[in-house]
Amino acid sequence: MKKNNKNELSKLKNRNRRELLIGASSVGAVSLAPKNLLSQEANPENLPPNLPEWTQYLGDGVDVNPYGIPSEFEGHVIRRNVEWLTASAESSVNFTPLQDLEGIVTPNGLCFERHHGGVSVINPQDFRLMINGLVDREMIFTLDDLKRFPQTNKFYFLECAANGGMEWRGAQLNGCQYTFGMVHNVQYTGVKLSDILLETGLKDKAKWVLAEGSDSSGMTRSIPIEKILDDCIIAWAMNGEALRPEQGYPARLVVPGWEGNMWVKWIRRLEFGDKPYMTREETSKYTDLLASGKARMFTWVMDAKSVITSPCPEKPILSKGLHQLRGLAWSGRGKIKRVDVSIDGGKNWKTAQLHSPVLSKSLTRFTLPFEWNGEELKLQSRAIDETNYVQPTIDELQKIRGVNSIYHNNSIATWLISKNGKVDNVRLG
Amino acid sequence: MLGLAKYIVSFSLIIFFINSSVASDRKFNLGQIATKEEITGWDIDVRPDGLGAPIGSGTALIGEEIYTEQCAACHGDFGEGADRWPALVGGEGSLASHDPEKTTGSYWPYASTIYDYIYRAMPYGVAQSLSYDETYEIVAYLLYMNDIIEEDFVLSNTNIGQIEMPNRDGFLLPDPRPDIINTQGNPCMKNCQVSTKIIGRARDIDVTPEDDNS
Ligand code: HEC
Repeated sequence: MKKNNKNELSKLKNRNRRELLIGASSVGAVSLAPKNLLSQEANPENLPPNLPEWTQYLGDGVDVNPYGIPSEFEGHVIRRNVEWLTASAESSVNFTPLQDLEGIVTPNGLCFERHHGGVSVINPQDFRLMINGLVDREMIFTLDDLKRFPQTNKFYFLECAANGGMEWRGAQLNGCQYTFGMVHNVQYTGVKLSDILLETGLKDKAKWVLAEGSDSSGMTRSIPIEKILDDCIIAWAMNGEALRPEQGYPARLVVPGWEGNMWVKWIRRLEFGDKPYMTREETSKYTDLLASGKARMFTWVMDAKSVITSPCPEKPILSKGLHQLRGLAWSGRGKIKRVDVSIDGGKNWKTAQLHSPVLSKSLTRFTLPFEWNGEELKLQSRAIDETNYVQPTIDELQKIRGVNSIYHNNSIATWLISKNGKVDNVRLG
Repeated sequence: MLGLAKYIVSFSLIIFFINSSVASDRKFNLGQIATKEEITGWDIDVRPDGLGAPIGSGTALIGEEIYTEQCAACHGDFGEGADRWPALVGGEGSLASHDPEKTTGSYWPYASTIYDYIYRAMPYGVAQSLSYDETYEIVAYLLYMNDIIEEDFVLSNTNIGQIEMPNRDGFLLPDPRPDIINTQGNPCMKNCQVSTKIIGRARDIDVTPEDDNS
């Protein structure tokens, strides 16, 4: 109680100082609209030869935030949702602010959320993983049991199959975050399912696994046994700390390179069987309706994709001269081999620089320096993965799949840079 | 030799009785053997062939009552969907149209999935609160509303695997991707023949949320 009071006091003190300096509107978790970034200006009193406040006076001591939080000036770096998309916030989605991130690691608090029945709150003592069906021994594991198995640590991207789903018919949402933000990339710590299966044994007839969540949607997906034995993980940590509640705390399934819906959060059960289970999520949802009225089923892999994260609609160009174009590329089939960038809508391409580490089934960072002298540009990026798969145009996808697929839109987007430096999501044709 | 083999056999028998499993098969000796009772409580899935369907039955006649009470507020009196909540009935013949309507009747390939999903996840926010019979009754009601069974048809664990759904053959397997023109990692780099005319702008559609608290 006493400690809290002290914290409050020092917060108050700081706040008063800051309000004097920069005005009340910048204090706290106020989110800045992209347009306001344009008008953000420095305070001349803090610039040379003047002495800023922070140079003269003491700042906060340790433990003001026992769990550190981002700078108050980064308040605009948040997940955002599109309210009109869904009927209820418990079955909804928000988006990772890719435009504000660097490197390949997504900070835990910025990983997009997708729930079908809200966020379950689970005491790790109450966690149980049940394994039943076509195994030699039907078993139950506690979280502590799982942590005693040999450990694995791997970076993987997780992308919702519906990422970019609103863009099938045209350019709809004017933002990198809303059109590409259903992806995140973290380092998972966990146990390989193939190791857990050494404990339960596996019957020859076992060909499919039903993965089931313990949340109020009872999320369920069928996964072929080859994938389970290949690289699937039960993870309890992300980026070095326990999973966030909204990412499945205390444990989730990791299905590298495959659509996010299969990465069952709050996992409670794996049932082994000889046939797929045909759950609601793999029939009613996550099937890709073609123009013929027939739908593709079990389209698990996330094909190669890339996005320019700056400039983008949220990151206009503010000055002429040299800029570093930044972007992310990824493929569910392996490593990214190359990323090309066009500034003229796809007529001419230049190969961008990939930054290490370039990992399999992980986001990969690319950059390309470019000069801007106030002309109109049409920016595009195109990923090529190690299988030589080339990221397609929306035209190429539409010709084969129509416009009603919702899922698996991995096409090239176009950011139009206007003469005033503003950036728009546009469709070319 | 023979003596040693006998010794090993009786030794593993002892372990067998202690752990009630063959410990020597287990690599790490972690976890517990699940009891029948534990599994029965959690193993709620129902497969297309009816495997896993719990014993029970129901007709649309009774289902209508429960549906009206527990489901209609969101899904509409006739399954047409209230506000933005999902529709459960209708959409027949719409799948190849500009605005396909995917419902349990027009799209779902298996009746088992309707049972499995409703029992595990509905009513929204009060999961696994329906009895087995109530679930069969509601599924029967939805099938009846979608003109798939008659009003007095008794749906049960013995026939849920045999209901013929209209869109049973509507799904394509296996995944044909990669399905685009294969440029084998060597796409055009210079003077490529593409149209660069702007035919649409997200700004004009104007559905992008704006940050309003700045
Ligand atoms: C409070 C509103 C609400 C109530 C009441 C409700 N549902 Fe739902 N229902 C939903 C939502 C929301 C979803 C979608 C959940 C998701 O996104 O995963 C849904 C999904 C469904 C679906 C799957 C639809 C599809 O196309 O995939 C079925 C079937 C269903 N509900 C049946 C029922 C039945 C039967 C009841 C009554 C026992 C019921 N619901 C009660 C809100 C409701």
